[in-house]
Amino acid sequence: MIEFERVSKVYPYTDIEALHGIDLTIKEGDFVSFVGHSGAGKSTLVKLLLGEERPTEGSVLFQNEDINSFSHREINNYRRNIGIVFQDFRLLSNKTVYENVAFAMEVAGKTDEDIADDVPYVLELVNLQDKPNSFPHQLSGGEKQRLAIARAIVNEPALLIADEPTGNLDPVSTFEIIDILKKINKLGTTVVLTTHNTGVIDALKKRVVTLEKGKIVRDDEHGSYIIAKK
Amino acid sequence: MNFIDLRRIIKSGFQNFVRNSFVSLSSILIMVITLAVATMLLLSRTVLNIAIADLENKVDVTVFFDVGVDEERILGLKSEVDVIPEVASSEYISATQALVDFRERHKDDELTLQALDELGGNPLGAMLNIKANNPEDYAQIAVALGDVGALSESSIQTIDKINYYQNEQVIERLLAITTGARTLGTVLVIVLSIISILITLNTIRLTIYSARDEISVMRLVGAGTKYVRGPFVVEGILYGLVSSVITIILFFPVTLWLGERLTLFFGVNLHEYYLSNFFQIFLILLVVGIVLGIISSTIAVRRYLKR
Repeated sequence: MIEFERVSKVYPYTDIEALHGIDLTIKEGDFVSFVGHSGAGKSTLVKLLLGEERPTEGSVLFQNEDINSFSHREINNYRRNIGIVFQDFRLLSNKTVYENVAFAMEVAGKTDEDIADDVPYVLELVNLQDKPNSFPHQLSGGEKQRLAIARAIVNEPALLIADEPTGNLDPVSTFEIIDILKKINKLGTTVVLTTHNTGVIDALKKRVVTLEKGKIVRDDEHGSYIIAKK
Repeated sequence: MNFIDLRRIIKSGFQNFVRNSFVSLSSILIMVITLAVATMLLLSRTVLNIAIADLENKVDVTVFFDVGVDEERILGLKSEVDVIPEVASSEYISATQALVDFRERHKDDELTLQALDELGGNPLGAMLNIKANNPEDYAQIAVALGDVGALSESSIQTIDKINYYQNEQVIERLLAITTGARTLGTVLVIVLSIISILITLNTIRLTIYSARDEISVMRLVGAGTKYVRGPFVVEGILYGLVSSVITIILFFPVTLWLGERLTLFFGVNLHEYYLSNFFQIFLILLVVGIVLGIISSTIAVRRYLKR
């Protein structure tokens, strides 16, 4: 589904190589966690996947198509096909819970009937069915992240990218989020997770790719969080 | 863009407008100031032009004839004057009419009237009022009048005086003032319009700048250009709409107040002018406001729409 082919990334005006010679394949239905210290290259990896940044060398393929070659319109279509969850939630602050989810469907061109059917369903899936009219600033951190997940999955994406989704959350909320991610993966969605939360990785018992200084140092099928102490 | 997209975009624009009420309010306030400046300039320019035209209209050249000059002779001179290209019109005032006018003008002045009665008969001569097409032409007309007078026989006895030569300085100064006022008015209109348009552009740019995070989120969700830009354009239109309505209402009391005080000075009632041109002014404000809103929001969003 996703292939990184000898991908390197050097940010302009710096000599720092954020990623170096990454070769990686993610299969459909996988649940892959990327771990590593800050600056190991996790965020760069996610940005390349989203098409926010272009690789300096190599290519990133999504279903055998080079993300880098997408036009403006194609990149919009592509992004509607993947769900994204961030550490800082990135919700639309002047839209309600319901509207935040509905917006993702609107831009994907879904009909009003589909929106009326699907939004309550995903809100129930993330346990926010009681707060459709709340605004993001009225929600707790865990609720915000659950809303972000609801928005990310409402269009039934083939891929869900979760970039440090639990970074701002307390332990209870963290495990709620992880449970939801597992549930989504079970329903057939490929999940890419970046984190440096040891507990999360150990509880998941899924594939773990460890990054260090822009390189893959470990790739374990049922990994745990093992990183050389600095 | 289909109907559903359009409906969603408009709805979203309305929602943003209402929910960001503080931001909307400040944008509207700035736009009202812009439109008010524009209206003020529009009105004052018009009033100034009317006042200047009125003032220019008051200037004329009068030829005073000696007492007892034949009416026929004067009418002959009048037809010669009318031929001069610079002359717009001329009006013959007979000696009798001149006396009636004089009595009317001095009706509260017992002493003058008594003196007039004691003189007996009509001490006044006939007059010829001449108006020029352009105020600049009076000097030429006066010279031409001299020529006309010289050509006609015994003109020295017929023409008592031509008042242009007494008023020459006043007319020239007036001319300088009116020309200056017109130029100044035009320059002011242009400069102030540009300034206020720039301020509005910048205000809307700032409101959209504050929404740049939202825009990046929309992009990440996969929102196309129209879904990002559309609601902002709708907001811009709403700013223009609300601002022009506020401005047009605002000018009711303003022109009423100014009209009461300045009518005598300008020779035109601002409030009446405002009311009789209400729909034109409103249309201008509406178009300017909405176009300004659309342009500024489009420009402002554009920089955040890059990939």
